[in-house]
Amino acid sequence: MTTVTEAADTAPIRPPRPRGGFSRSVRDSLVVAKRNLIRMLRIPEVVIFGLIQPIMFVVLFTYVFGGSINIPGAPVGDPQAYREFLMAGIFAQTVTFATAGAGAGIADDMHKGLIDRFRSLPMSRGAVLTGRTLADLVQTALTLVVLAVVALLIGWRTHESLAEVLAGFALLLLLGYAFSWIGALIGLSVRTPEAATSGGLIWLFPLTFISNAFVPVNGMPAFLQHVAEWNPFSATVAAARELFGNTIAGVPKSVTGAWPMEHPVVASVIWSLVIIAVFRTLAVRKYRSAAA
Amino acid sequence: MPGAIYAEGLVKTFGDVRALDGVDLDVPEGTVLGMLGPNGAGKTTAVRVLTTLLQPDRGKAVVAGIDVLAHPDKVRRSIGLSGQFAAVDEYLTGRENLIMVGQLYQMSGRDAKRRAAELLERFHLGDAADRTAKTYSGGMRRRLDLAAALVVSPPVMFMDEPTTGLDPRNRQGLWDVIQELVAGGTTLLLTTQYLEEADRLAHDICVVDHGKVIARGTSDQLKARTGGERVEVVVHAPEHLTVADEVLRGFGKGEGTVEPHTRKLTIPVTGGAKLLAEVIRELDLRGVEIDDIGLRRPTLDDVFISLTGHAAETADGNGSGAGAADAGPGDAGSVGKQKKRGKAGAAADAPDADVTSDKEGVK
Repeated sequence: MTTVTEAADTAPIRPPRPRGGFSRSVRDSLVVAKRNLIRMLRIPEVVIFGLIQPIMFVVLFTYVFGGSINIPGAPVGDPQAYREFLMAGIFAQTVTFATAGAGAGIADDMHKGLIDRFRSLPMSRGAVLTGRTLADLVQTALTLVVLAVVALLIGWRTHESLAEVLAGFALLLLLGYAFSWIGALIGLSVRTPEAATSGGLIWLFPLTFISNAFVPVNGMPAFLQHVAEWNPFSATVAAARELFGNTIAGVPKSVTGAWPMEHPVVASVIWSLVIIAVFRTLAVRKYRSAAA
Repeated sequence: MPGAIYAEGLVKTFGDVRALDGVDLDVPEGTVLGMLGPNGAGKTTAVRVLTTLLQPDRGKAVVAGIDVLAHPDKVRRSIGLSGQFAAVDEYLTGRENLIMVGQLYQMSGRDAKRRAAELLERFHLGDAADRTAKTYSGGMRRRLDLAAALVVSPPVMFMDEPTTGLDPRNRQGLWDVIQELVAGGTTLLLTTQYLEEADRLAHDICVVDHGKVIARGTSDQLKARTGGERVEVVVHAPEHLTVADEVLRGFGKGEGTVEPHTRKLTIPVTGGAKLLAEVIRELDLRGVEIDDIGLRRPTLDDVFISLTGHAAETADGNGSGAGAADAGPGDAGSVGKQKKRGKAGAAADAPDADVTSDKEGVK
């Protein structure tokens, strides 16, 4: 039976012995990530449109809503307080949009038969998805840099050490990475890239609005206050706000006494890791049986 | 020992649809099996099962000596797949696509680069190597897709409708490439809707419909099943029909037909062009004036239509019965036997046995 593998060899090239599971998995993921980054450079529209939306949100919220939204504890009519309050929310919302990108990208690969190609190769099973989510992480980081510059230009300031500010951005990126796994699962589950885009976006609106991102939860009905404060998304917003020094002195962290609001940094890490663990498992399982 | 591609009793259902309904295959090493069938016949499903992309509900599959269900990752190292949709990344260049595939076959970066350069030359993509695949023509994309499937010179190749949608010139070009590949000893399973393609490239052909293999054999054997060669004559005057019929009976190898309204006579023969010349001489001698005469050989199209056409419209029994009327007792047996084998699951029973009996039945 071994003759079958050796006989037909016209060229001396055979796949080398398979490496160990982990190093193969890392290498394959990087190969796929590189492929997705090259695509990103060749289709810059995607990155550019990905930037316009959060910039629009920053401008709209700051200048349209900002004047009318009162942050409890802040001087009435002071626009600077809302600007500082808002940015962590906008940053967090922006990173969750990676979901739609990952979903659409993977659905497109399925549609075009690339997933079949990958699945027929002796590569690590999770690498196609990990490579995609890693590339999205790079894109998200770029978007955050541009957005931070815009925010600084319109008056956003941080009040903590550089290390803390960077830690804040790290938590935001971790959340974005976690959400791109949700996107990966959506992308594998729908039939078309269009469905993945809309399927990846619609649920993000209630998720990001029923939170502490854009307005303080104080003004919400009691029931929504609980939802908002237990919302995984709120934990990262609160954590980033704390690490940026954008909280307002003397205002209690939580309205309902929810644990994640009392310990936002720890809660943010836990939530993100739980999302990654659950959705990575589901997505990789789905990938194994994916049928285009 | 089973062939390089071996399947036994493969069943796969999607909801109510039995995409594969007990498929047996045995492709000897170094040969090409053409899998012929209409859209939705189960060809792609069969390829997906054999290339580890899909788990069958039941059955056994062995590729390059490796059990597909038990060791899918080992199988993946020994196969190349070229799909229906030309699965290359259109935003990568030809070279980048091939390097990526090489690396995912676990080659080192340097080897992958070297191999990519070789393949680009071999597939006449050298000039376009550093352009994105988006700018390629349909034929170039298929060539790139094929090159991607050949990165590790796999001993077993699967091509799912490799030329669907290509213009005749590009199809011809791809056929040349495939023939070259097969000459190098690669075992190939090729699905196609084009009979000409199967005729041209495949050593053996199996016709698939409704998830079942409904016929198999070489192209000639399958053609023979639909009646073999026949002489068709159209006489000028109706009154000559009787004489012409008499002449043809002298040469015929079976019952002929006469269609008075079209003045056409048809009779099965053996002997080819030489015999045709004799028929013409004899008709001339007997004073029969002819409008048209010709030797008709059935095309694979005839085979295809007679097999799948009946199967689609009438019960299975009728379908194979109609085929058997022309070709002899071997045919009816082949379908029945296949079903039995599916149930009993006898491993060593080679499908070739059917073909042999077909041949004997005809000759």
